[in-house]
Amino acid sequence: MSVPAMNGLDAQRVTVRLDGRLIIDGIDCSAPSGAVTALIGPNGAGKSTLLHALATILPTEAGVIRFGDDDLLAMKRRTRARTIALVEQDATTELSLSVADVVSLGRIPYQGMFSDESVHDRAIARNALDTVGMSAFAERDVTELSGGERQRVLLARALAQEPRLLLLDEPTNHLDISAQLSTLALLHDLAAGGVTVMAALHDLTLATGWSDHVIVLSGGHVVASGPTGATLTPRLIEDVYGVHAEIIERQGHRPTIAFSPRD
Amino acid sequence: MLTAAVLASITFAVTFGPANITPVDVWGSILHHLGLGPSPLEPLRDSIVWDLRLPRILTAGAVGAGLAIAGVVMQAITRNPLADPYLLGLSSGASLGAVAVLLLGSALLLPFAAFLGAMIALAATLVLAGAFGRITPGRTILAGIAVSALAGAVTSLIIFWTVTGDSYREILGWLLGSLAGARWPAVGIAAVAILVAGVPITLSGRVLDAFAFGDTSAATLGINVQATRWIMLTGAAVLTGAMVSVSGAIGFVGLILPHAVRLLVGPRHRLLLPLSALVGASFLIWADTAARSLFDPRELPVGIVTAIIGAPVFAALLARRRVNS
Repeated sequence: MSVPAMNGLDAQRVTVRLDGRLIIDGIDCSAPSGAVTALIGPNGAGKSTLLHALATILPTEAGVIRFGDDDLLAMKRRTRARTIALVEQDATTELSLSVADVVSLGRIPYQGMFSDESVHDRAIARNALDTVGMSAFAERDVTELSGGERQRVLLARALAQEPRLLLLDEPTNHLDISAQLSTLALLHDLAAGGVTVMAALHDLTLATGWSDHVIVLSGGHVVASGPTGATLTPRLIEDVYGVHAEIIERQGHRPTIAFSPRD
Repeated sequence: MLTAAVLASITFAVTFGPANITPVDVWGSILHHLGLGPSPLEPLRDSIVWDLRLPRILTAGAVGAGLAIAGVVMQAITRNPLADPYLLGLSSGASLGAVAVLLLGSALLLPFAAFLGAMIALAATLVLAGAFGRITPGRTILAGIAVSALAGAVTSLIIFWTVTGDSYREILGWLLGSLAGARWPAVGIAAVAILVAGVPITLSGRVLDAFAFGDTSAATLGINVQATRWIMLTGAAVLTGAMVSVSGAIGFVGLILPHAVRLLVGPRHRLLLPLSALVGASFLIWADTAARSLFDPRELPVGIVTAIIGAPVFAALLARRRVNS
């Protein structure tokens, strides 16, 4: 079922129980390096929980999570935070931090407990902000940004961690269509640069057009996974989502999907 | 510059009050007691400076700094801008612990009992706030009020059963927050707390920064969230316990000073913590000076002064929150 991924993320039998309830039930999944993997599935399928488990910030009841040659569950916290970054959905703060300050939080894994950020840290944070196209916002108060602007600032914070594995929970939420496309293009650039990217997406059209691989989650199980074109078929969409789907491919365009209700 | 302001506050605050003492006299007396030269003052006035005013003012400074640091820590870790040792019940818990051992004898255990009281009260507040769902700022304050009320009632009960005559007024003054009884041993207790809890916390501002977007976010930045939360809150309880054991429950210092400093320099903890400590020290020195000089020769408990200033600030913060949300 799963794609062999010697240099990417490879998780086996991952099991997560929250408040006694089994949310993730012995999942095997993988994400190859240098590619964008979309994590899709209906609401409540466990996408967000799986991402948090793969980021190893949720206690996993059982399973192995490897990244390249490293066992992520055995890694030290700080090393892990230099390896993995997670962009949460709707993370907010009440503190009137400047955008530059928020991005520089991403450098904390590189700093000692009692030390402050260095010139090098500041430069990397500035770069990250530039990468997401938010340099002009550096001195703005983060509490006054729109949801989409804040989402991009948090992506910049994740990039400041210089991760080799980037996990994103609905990174296109709150974004208008042009920002959605530029974010997905950015994820592709990062993947081309060697980062392993996995994003939970609820928009199947975006997933089919912009991901190299998909993992389809339903009811806490992986129901399909593999290269996007071969995996995300009308049949599968009908099985998992209960709607008719038609994949539309046109020369020079990314594929898209037309949906219609089932009978 | 702020350090200089604190030193100046100490110097000038000592000169306030009867006995006509100048700043030069103050430093002369300090140098004399450090073994450097004769005192410029005759023994009685020298004693007023060295035995009464100086320890009291140093205690005020340490208490102000400690409570401000405790306030910043609690606001950061609970992500609650209204958190403060007084509002979340720590001060009442510490008072209860202190009163219990004070009246059952053994003054030596006082700071430890106060710390224990603060810690238990903190745990009770957080458990109560989380017992019926997600911990929200409002619910935490309500839980703090409940814990405060209970600790206050038990404290009153102990006092009612055991205290007689003159000590009644003394203990009431202490409960309201007073530095009138602060001598060198009080300076020692407060200084030790600043050293073991205040300084390490002040230096680990980046760790508190990591909590800006919540626990999950802190975890992704490599922070051990559970351990850090308890270490930091224990530090706040150590500070509160020590400060309450020397000065009673002085309210609002941990709330108003960090907010004022945040308005000036922003919320980054590397800056916020040391500045809040220094501003807190200056603030409480002057609040206490006002408390002992305004109605001279009668003295107000300094807790009344801080409450008169702090309560309206608290109300303003509440009003601003409603506008925001």
